[in-house]
Amino acid sequence: MTDTRPVAFPQDRTCPYQPPTGYDPLRADRPLARVSLYDGRPAWLVTGHALARELLADGRLSTDRTHPDFPTTTARLAGVRNRSIALLGVDDPVHHAQRRMMVPRFTLRRATELRPRIQEIVDERIDAMTGAGTSADLVTAFALPVPSTVICALLGVAYEDHDFFEGQSRRLLRGPTTADVLDARARLDAYLDELITRKLGEKEPGDGVLDELVHGRLRTGAMSRAEVVSFATILLIAGHETTANMISLGTFTLLQNPGRLAELKADPSLLPGAVEELMRMLSIADNLMRRATEDIQVGESVIRAGDGVLFAPSVINRDEDVYPEPDALDWHRPARHHVAFGFGIHQCLGQNLARAELEIALSTLFTRLPGLRLAVPAEEIPCKPGDTIQGMLELPVTW
Amino acid sequence: MRIDIDTDVCIGAGQCALTAPDVFTQDDEGYSALLPVRPGDDPLAREAARACPVRAITVTDG
Repeated sequence: MTDTRPVAFPQDRTCPYQPPTGYDPLRADRPLARVSLYDGRPAWLVTGHALARELLADGRLSTDRTHPDFPTTTARLAGVRNRSIALLGVDDPVHHAQRRMMVPRFTLRRATELRPRIQEIVDERIDAMTGAGTSADLVTAFALPVPSTVICALLGVAYEDHDFFEGQSRRLLRGPTTADVLDARARLDAYLDELITRKLGEKEPGDGVLDELVHGRLRTGAMSRAEVVSFATILLIAGHETTANMISLGTFTLLQNPGRLAELKADPSLLPGAVEELMRMLSIADNLMRRATEDIQVGESVIRAGDGVLFAPSVINRDEDVYPEPDALDWHRPARHHVAFGFGIHQCLGQNLARAELEIALSTLFTRLPGLRLAVPAEEIPCKPGDTIQGMLELPVTW
Repeated sequence: MRIDIDTDVCIGAGQCALTAPDVFTQDDEGYSALLPVRPGDDPLAREAARACPVRAITVTDG
């Protein structure tokens, strides 16, 4: 580890599927670097794959965003750290109980059982696209509606409300101002609270996750209304935003790598490995945040109690010790063990569902629209800023 | 090859069943479980142990 001036973190990507070029010094300085956050606060950034797996599984790193020392990556989010977030914002043992409550709904088998329904949803979207013409914004026509429809069915939320919750979720994640984030949160609270009231009145409850929470936990007093709202918020947002970004950015990446795309079209058995490799390369959740609760020795460095510890999966997933030629998209490498879903107790709850959705969405899209291509030059297509989940803001395509 | 699963720490991520589907499954609660009948030693079992995000799986020789 060399002592250099801290790199600013996070930064915007130039190429949507490569880490920001400003992270180059970090890639030369594994496994741990000093970075500077938006407000000048210094923090640690984990950049090595082995260390990331070790620390993400280390109980001395807390994810409690309500603690005053918790690192913040944007001014926008600094004002909204006043409330605990279910699952991703709580530490064990509270987290363990919450996670276990959710797990039966998100197993590999459940995801497999949902595949035929996901296929129908994907086909319906492509039917709508081809019925309406020969070009579209793939984000609004496909990438967003597919996971949105899936998570609505899983949770027991009416898809008719998708414009509302997608819009508020966009404001919650990207602002642009703190006021936007707070307002979006209040609107989602009110919407979900009303939904809970409606579900409480149902004589024959549905079979969604929220129906189960409302009738199995809220009614019995095992959970408060605020807790149910918090679960509903995180599941609804995480369930559609992340997968939507992977679909849009994954499609863009495939279109920009025609050789790899052709290979995939010729041999569908490459698909699961391709989805894994895309997740490694794209690392859409590219700033994971923690706070050290105790001193942690790492080589010659000591992470002090109270220090902010961040993780950049796009850098970690390009550790040459694990992935030779890490910037190359390669279906034949074993891409597993990437940390695109995180690692440790907070590793993505919905990852099995996400894999199923991505496999079906990407393979069906390129099978049914073999002439799919960008409608404008790649450089003109905007991607999301570095301080939020990575993906395409829009993706004009034609076929 | 001996495989131990610490179900107290398992978070049901399903990585074991995904990585070594001939060795591991998830029970109805989502916890990792060993399949009753397995072919001899499966090298993927070690990969599964490495894939487990909470290190709930231990594979030992013998």
